[in-house]
Amino acid sequence: MTNLLDVKNLRTYFETDDGVVKAVDDISFQLKRGETLGIVGESGSGKSVTNLSIIRLVPDPPGKIVSGEVIFNGSDLLLLSNEAIRKIRGRRIAMIFQDPMTSLNPYMKISKQLMEMTQLHLGHSKAQAHDHAIRMMETVGIPDAHSRAGSYPHEFSGGMRQRVMIAMALSCEPELLIADEPTTALDVTIQAQILELIKKLKRETGTSVILITHDLGVVAGMTDHVIVMYAGKIFEQARTTELFSTPGNPYTKGLLRSVPDPTAEQGKLYQIPGLPPDMAHLQPGCPFAARCDYVQDICRREFPPFVKLNSDHYSLCHFAREVYRESGGTPVQE
Amino acid sequence: MLRFIVRRLLITIPTILVVISITWVLIKLAPGNFYSGEKKLSPAVEKNIREKYGLDKPWYQQYGKTMWTIIRHLDFGTSLKYEGQSVNTIIRRSFPVSAAVGLMAYLLALVVGVTAGSIAALKQNSKWDYGSMALAMLGISIPNFVLGPILVLIFSLGLYWLPPARWEGFPSRNMILPVLTLSALYMAYIARLTRAGMLEVLRSDYIRTARAKGLSERDVVLKHALRGGLMPVVSYTGPSLAFLLTGTVVVERIFALPGLGNYFIQASFNRDEPLIIGIVAFIAIILLTMNLLVDIAYAYLDPRVRYQ
Amino acid sequence: MSTEKNPQHDELIHIGPEMAVAEADVHADEGAFLRGTSLWRDAWRRLLKNKLAVFGLVVVIVVTIASIAGPALIQQTFGFTPDYIPNNDKLTRSFPPFTGPDGKFSWLHPMGTDNAGRDVMARVLQGGQISLFVGILSTVISLLIGVSYGAIAGYAGGRVDNLMMRIVDVFYSLPYIIIVIVLLSLFRSQTPRGQLTLLFIAIGSVSWLTMARIVRGQILSLKNQEFVLAARATGVSGSRIVFRHLVPNTLGPVIVYATLTVPQIMLLEAFLSFLGFGVQAPLSSWGSLAADGVTNIAVFPWQLIFPGVTMALTLFSLNFLGDGLRDALDPQMRTV
Repeated sequence: MTNLLDVKNLRTYFETDDGVVKAVDDISFQLKRGETLGIVGESGSGKSVTNLSIIRLVPDPPGKIVSGEVIFNGSDLLLLSNEAIRKIRGRRIAMIFQDPMTSLNPYMKISKQLMEMTQLHLGHSKAQAHDHAIRMMETVGIPDAHSRAGSYPHEFSGGMRQRVMIAMALSCEPELLIADEPTTALDVTIQAQILELIKKLKRETGTSVILITHDLGVVAGMTDHVIVMYAGKIFEQARTTELFSTPGNPYTKGLLRSVPDPTAEQGKLYQIPGLPPDMAHLQPGCPFAARCDYVQDICRREFPPFVKLNSDHYSLCHFAREVYRESGGTPVQE
Repeated sequence: MLRFIVRRLLITIPTILVVISITWVLIKLAPGNFYSGEKKLSPAVEKNIREKYGLDKPWYQQYGKTMWTIIRHLDFGTSLKYEGQSVNTIIRRSFPVSAAVGLMAYLLALVVGVTAGSIAALKQNSKWDYGSMALAMLGISIPNFVLGPILVLIFSLGLYWLPPARWEGFPSRNMILPVLTLSALYMAYIARLTRAGMLEVLRSDYIRTARAKGLSERDVVLKHALRGGLMPVVSYTGPSLAFLLTGTVVVERIFALPGLGNYFIQASFNRDEPLIIGIVAFIAIILLTMNLLVDIAYAYLDPRVRYQ
Repeated sequence: MSTEKNPQHDELIHIGPEMAVAEADVHADEGAFLRGTSLWRDAWRRLLKNKLAVFGLVVVIVVTIASIAGPALIQQTFGFTPDYIPNNDKLTRSFPPFTGPDGKFSWLHPMGTDNAGRDVMARVLQGGQISLFVGILSTVISLLIGVSYGAIAGYAGGRVDNLMMRIVDVFYSLPYIIIVIVLLSLFRSQTPRGQLTLLFIAIGSVSWLTMARIVRGQILSLKNQEFVLAARATGVSGSRIVFRHLVPNTLGPVIVYATLTVPQIMLLEAFLSFLGFGVQAPLSSWGSLAADGVTNIAVFPWQLIFPGVTMALTLFSLNFLGDGLRDALDPQMRTV
């Protein structure tokens, strides 16, 4: 099965007053058709910028995709003309964002915002688009879709708004759905509902999904593969089950430890010490060195290698194999 | 919505009465009176005049009479300086002049300002952006009483293209310089407002969504950004009308236009009580009405406010 | 001050790479990295980078100094005061710039003389004194009143706040320009002191309104932040909280607004003086000078042009400075 999406050596840099910020620095990953890929990372890790880069929505200035390839269905999106990429946006690759309150146009009726999609990409007439919009609203579980279609975003609750966004995104049956922290701004109970919805829709339509989050719990339940990003680089990538059971990177281990365990004894909650690095002034060596439990001298001097631990498991660390073994894994021979 | 309007109207009417009262009080407190001129009048003559105009009566009687006539008949009396002309007539005659110049100026300001500001926002940091914003800065910094005469200097006295003053009815070439002078400030301000509003909207999340949907940049701007980006301009309409008023006063003085502002200044100099009160009341009504209309428009345009 | 955890400070800290990198998600306390420098030094640095703002600042300073010291200097070097009217019996007393009485080039009057023979440059500089004086002092007064009023209203909250803001709303809805004009036209004073006092009353009575609103808004949003709770918890009294903790944090918008108010007030004063309601002879402000100049524009255009251009230049610079300050103190504040 060929990859639906093949990102190669993507680099997106930002020009700021403080210098150049390498938000995404040499990222490569693949997404197979029908799969869900999770991208995990803290704020500033570059996960959102990666996805904005895929559909070329990086604000320019100050950002710019400097190099790399984004092969979608065989063609490099970065080489397409503006017109061509616009045809892909919304139609073949759809995106939903973190905060549904600000992501929907407050001055426009929901129905109109939904109809815009199919009118633009599928050539629907007003009537067709309207019917389609209602059907989409019902599909995502909005009660009373017919009467509520004429409402404005502020009349909906957060969860409902996110459903609207999902409806909007899936209107044209895209091949890829990129969900950028779809549940972060929502209540925990609503979070679960939305994630279930995404899972269900994925099953029904066969859409591939890239799910961006900082919440490992979300990743565990939803994804097939995971990428862990830090300081603009991929620190670890593996099958989800593998990553959770046998992580091969100190950062990942730290993240896993930070997830509060309700069954554990009372004690201090674990937090990875320190703060993310100043992206405008990165030190040589491993970006995680200052916070790492396993840090050695070499970490501060040399940039770590991208080590292959398994057929599907890579880790960016000088001691990847050791960490992997410690977790219980058996690295392949070099 | 209806409740909102009714509530506002209920506040407006007392406000106008308050304004009239304050004006009346100020006039009464002020030194000097309308009949004093160069020469000092003899006591007998002065007494006659005071009797004739009811100025000898106690203050509460004067106040009562004035307010009553106004409320009952909307009659503001007769001008003390312009023989025999009723205040209402004067207002009726002069208001269209001010209105014509003012409205033209504002329309011009809107059209040019919004266009320039939008283009500046879309082509941020380009030559167009810097250029138009620099011009806008100039527009807010040059007082209209400096700009007007300079325009006259160039276009009337220098090039003989346009008449320097006087009113020849609507429309006429006489209107061009006054309208230009008056609108300069607002054009500049609206351009800046539009640019700032558009920039802010263009940065917002829902514009990012619109782009992610695959809309062309043109559609993004026209169908999504413009609506939100112009809101500051709409809400500025209210205050700008008040300032337009003061601008009109200056412009009418400079270009010798027989408008409301000019009459107002003259009346103030002349201590022409009925005329002053009449014009003040009229302007207050206009201002408050316009503010109400603007608030309604704003509520209509922003659905979030509408359903409160 | 640099590492105080203070919310407005935090927002400002965010400007920088982090903002650029994570467009979608910025959690206020998660990973916000601390700068070593203080808030003000940062802002100052940003301001200096803005060439236009620096230009504005320089011009304002130059004009201020020139206005204050100018007339005296001119008197020293050239021997005449702004009011000096030479008593020659020439019919025309007005000379164009750089022309002497005999029609030949002269350094005596770089801006020419007006229709009464007074040196325009000296008058413009002296006019600047009044214009700047009224502008700055009025702004300071409206600042003091507005900030106090707004701070008290914002901190008190509840009914007190409601009442205070209702009063502001009423004032706002009154067409005060009209009342101001009426006021000034009726109570004209013959003495300079009287004229200035009237001007201050008239201008001051309306200019504090917006400042009060702005400050109240800021205070309201700051009031419930943690550092206020902390101060309260340690027993700091109400008024101390307001004036020692909250007000300093509103200084950003206040400074910006104040800088932009000065040109507004100067325009207002000039406009009033132009119409004859503000300053009159022997006092002169740029507005009254312009009024004098307008009547003679056909024959002695420089009499209007120089005061006009000087005023425009000053206002221009003040506006640039205000814009620059706003960008420097809080780039997110751009509302014009």
